[in-house]
Amino acid sequence: MVRLSLIPFLALGAILVAAAGGLPPVGDPESPPATHVSPRYIMFGHEETGAANLVTGVLADYRSYDTLGETTVICVAGLACWLILGSRSRGDKER
Amino acid sequence: MNFAFGSPALDAASRLMTPFILMFGAYVVMHGHDSPGGGFQGGVIIAACVILVRLVRGRAGGWNLSPETALALTCAGVGIFVGVGLLGPIFGGNFLDYAALPLSLKAGEVRAVGSLAIEIGVALTVTGVLTLVFDALVEARNDG
Amino acid sequence: MTLSLEPLAVVFLTLMIACAVAVLSVRDLLAAVVVFGTFSFFSATYFAVLGAVDVALTEAAVGGAITAVFFVTAIFRTDRGAD
Repeated sequence: MVRLSLIPFLALGAILVAAAGGLPPVGDPESPPATHVSPRYIMFGHEETGAANLVTGVLADYRSYDTLGETTVICVAGLACWLILGSRSRGDKER
Repeated sequence: MNFAFGSPALDAASRLMTPFILMFGAYVVMHGHDSPGGGFQGGVIIAACVILVRLVRGRAGGWNLSPETALALTCAGVGIFVGVGLLGPIFGGNFLDYAALPLSLKAGEVRAVGSLAIEIGVALTVTGVLTLVFDALVEARNDG
Repeated sequence: MTLSLEPLAVVFLTLMIACAVAVLSVRDLLAAVVVFGTFSFFSATYFAVLGAVDVALTEAAVGGAITAVFFVTAIFRTDRGAD
């Protein structure tokens, strides 16, 4: 069974290695992620958000809806963990 | 509540490291605008400090941060985030538009203040959630 | 086919692969958690080498500290062996 599972594993690895050749080099200014909206962030990000760290500027200002959803997800996930794992210590009768 | 790896060496090391970890966490939250960091990272560092104290000394040394308090911190963090976002519409802007805040600062600085407020909210949420999950894991072991 | 093969990237990626294989092959779960922590630190250092310092900070804090602690706590709730 372990031998058998090697076949899809190696096939997946070959696909990933072949696909990695199509990735742009690290730091390529011509790559798709660096050409659409990034130049605007880099040019106006500091004066618009007041943040020298562009990552924080994007996360907390331009994309703050995203961060709001992320925070809500973290909050709900923690609540779910607490409710599921800690039901005994709270003395809940039925679980 | 007997889940503690206490020993004199661990105790001394944790007592020595705790203030610096807390200070670094606060620095990462507050200074996230100008250096690497932000609410999430700072909250994780502060939570790691709380969990370190709990691991070494058990609940007794954990500053009495009960699960209810951690839960309140979590919800307060999301509340701060949404509240700061709602200040935008109140003062005539869009939701989460910090530029509408009535502060006598330059435009970029006003938005930086708003971002800092929501970073603090995110940090509170992350700290509360991680402490809550750790408490839930430990208590489920001790009582089950 | 323009894979950039800087020496540092090769070193860290090789160490990460070695750590990942070690995590899977170690039979003691506690040792696996420790090796997973080193994997996190290697990947954090690699992110820092690439210039993504924010991601490196997150990876070091979450992967190196919090995940390891949660795994250890979960292991203490269950049996320690992998089988």
